[in-house]
Amino acid sequence: MNVGLEHYLVVSAVLFALGLLGVLVRRNLLVIYMSLELMLNAANLALVAFSRFNNNLDGQVFVFFIITVAAAEVAVGLALIVALYRKHQTAHVEDLTLMKD
Amino acid sequence: MYALPWIILFLPLAAAVGIALFTRPNRNASAALSIGAVLGGFLLAVIFVGWAGWDPVVRESSTTWLEVGDFKVEFGLRLDPLSLLMLLIVTGVASAIHVYSLGYMREDRGWSRFFACLSLFTFSMLGIVLANNFIQLFIFWELVGVSSYLLIGHWFERPAAADAGKKAFITNRLGDFGFLLGILIVWQIFGSLNFGVLRGLSPADSARWTSLATVGGLLIFCGAMGKSAQFPLHVWLPDAMEGPTPVSALIHAATMVAAGVYMLCRVYFLLNIPGSHALTVIAWIGGITAALSAVIAVQQNDIKRILAYSTLSQLGYMVMGVGLGGPPKAMFHLTTHAFFKALLFLGAGSVIVALHHEQDIWKMGGLRKKMPVTFWTFAAGTLALAGIWPLSGFFSKDGILARAAETNVPLFLLGLAVAALTAFYMLRLVLVVFQGDAKSETAGHAVESPPVMLWPLRVLACFSVIGGMIGLEAIYERQFDPASEYGLSFGDQLILPFSQAPIAALLGLLAAAVGFAGAFLLYAKASRDPLPEKLGPLARWMRNRFYFDEIYQATFIRFHDALASIAAWLDRVGALGIRGIHGTTEITGRALRLLQNGNVQTYAFLFGLGVVVLLWWTLR
Repeated sequence: MNVGLEHYLVVSAVLFALGLLGVLVRRNLLVIYMSLELMLNAANLALVAFSRFNNNLDGQVFVFFIITVAAAEVAVGLALIVALYRKHQTAHVEDLTLMKD
Repeated sequence: MYALPWIILFLPLAAAVGIALFTRPNRNASAALSIGAVLGGFLLAVIFVGWAGWDPVVRESSTTWLEVGDFKVEFGLRLDPLSLLMLLIVTGVASAIHVYSLGYMREDRGWSRFFACLSLFTFSMLGIVLANNFIQLFIFWELVGVSSYLLIGHWFERPAAADAGKKAFITNRLGDFGFLLGILIVWQIFGSLNFGVLRGLSPADSARWTSLATVGGLLIFCGAMGKSAQFPLHVWLPDAMEGPTPVSALIHAATMVAAGVYMLCRVYFLLNIPGSHALTVIAWIGGITAALSAVIAVQQNDIKRILAYSTLSQLGYMVMGVGLGGPPKAMFHLTTHAFFKALLFLGAGSVIVALHHEQDIWKMGGLRKKMPVTFWTFAAGTLALAGIWPLSGFFSKDGILARAAETNVPLFLLGLAVAALTAFYMLRLVLVVFQGDAKSETAGHAVESPPVMLWPLRVLACFSVIGGMIGLEAIYERQFDPASEYGLSFGDQLILPFSQAPIAALLGLLAAAVGFAGAFLLYAKASRDPLPEKLGPLARWMRNRFYFDEIYQATFIRFHDALASIAAWLDRVGALGIRGIHGTTEITGRALRLLQNGNVQTYAFLFGLGVVVLLWWTLR
């Protein structure tokens, strides 16, 4: 079987959808965070696939940057989650609705 | 030098603002500001007149206030003999009355408010006098109405005073509505509202006016009808006596009510146009007002109301003078009237204070010995008002009567009758109040008022006596006819009425003498009014002011109430739609609030949904 651009994109879309689903339905902040990473990597996959099939390195460069920024973002995000947990003794989103009022 | 009139105009306003903002708790400072402003204005006016003289040269000093298309509103001062003399009279009489108020109002809690309003009034009145165009005149016209309202309602905790203020304001508004329409017609036809421009129009220009001349002239007269309380809008003036007596003297006798007459003289050239019948109507309305109110005054028992009806009657004279084509005579009578009517009101105020605010003349009596200064000044005012030679009232009243004798004999006879009635009710007042025995406990213990109230009386009495022979009339004559002769000798002026129109002068004196004789026969020894028995039902009609208030209540006010209730009903029905709008908004708001639950995942879901919708929208 010849693997083409479409296959990569379908995988990427499935990954993105799984990530979005995770963000929407899971209750634990850590899991939501992991789902977010999944969505980022789905985007990375699509970019790399486009780069490979269009003979253009721009996409690859882009992905490098995303990985770097994502690493920084994870550091900040995890720190926030830890701080939240220390304050409220919970990491469940349905308990964290202080912004309502 | 041209800055002086501006300073004179704005000094009282500055005093009013200063009192309202800074010196309200401090009685002395408030009074000092107010009196200082008006006295300073008077002195500056004297200086300016000394510099400018009485030449009928028109000086104008104005700036453009706003400009819309070809419609330009100026704010300016018109300085000619007419306005300069009025400037002196207004500031002079107002000074006397301000000083008098120091005594009259000394126990009043609203002291600072009173002086602030008095200053505001002086400012507005000066604005009317100096205005050089209709718009400015109208603005100050309304300001005068407002300050009059404030001052009539000074003792607003008394319902009668509050109602009287409202009545005066609303009645004036009726007249002002016509006045505004008249101004609009003038602008429509001539394209300018500046008095100088309007006056300079050639006869060919005023031909454009003729089709509307009568209507336009009468609409402008409507303003004067309200402000000068002419029949049928005269009902507010007697009620305005609810205000403090200095206010009655300043506003409702000497200055504000004269503004209508002044305005008519100012725009006389718009009324005096061939083909216009406005002047005839004006003359008759003046005559009717004069006669009607003189008759009513005969049977009033409140000292201030008698003077109020007397004021109405004299205003009727002035309006009649304008209508008969003699604006200088009308202005002359306005001037002398300002002196002696202010004097009479202040004298009445002195009596009222001495009797602890008793105003019924049948509870006074015997005050001649107890209050000599008040009595003698009051007597001078009475003689002047009745038109006894050589006091001021004689000359001015005779001018109007002589004019009537030349042009309109029925009005001349009416005027004579009014002169007789005037002498009658004034002597009745003097005899009942000052002669005989004290008719009540308080009258027996009356004492003379303090000097601060007596000096204004003395000053005004001097002017009431000599006002007719110091050449005031010549100044007005030259305003309207620059070619008229000037500088008659003192002696010539004294006998001028007899040499010019002997019949009118002698008949006028005779009428006054008849009135005096009648009053003396009836009231010299009376302790009770003998007239009601002699006149029967007529006296009751006179005492009840011919039921004008009741007639208006039954017709106009009833009709207006009906209109108002229809409007109220429409409001309630129309409000249904408004309630619908309000309900929809509230329900939508409640529904939308459900979405904001604070859960991040809901937001993320809606956000995702939004992206999907957008993508679907753009890629479809």
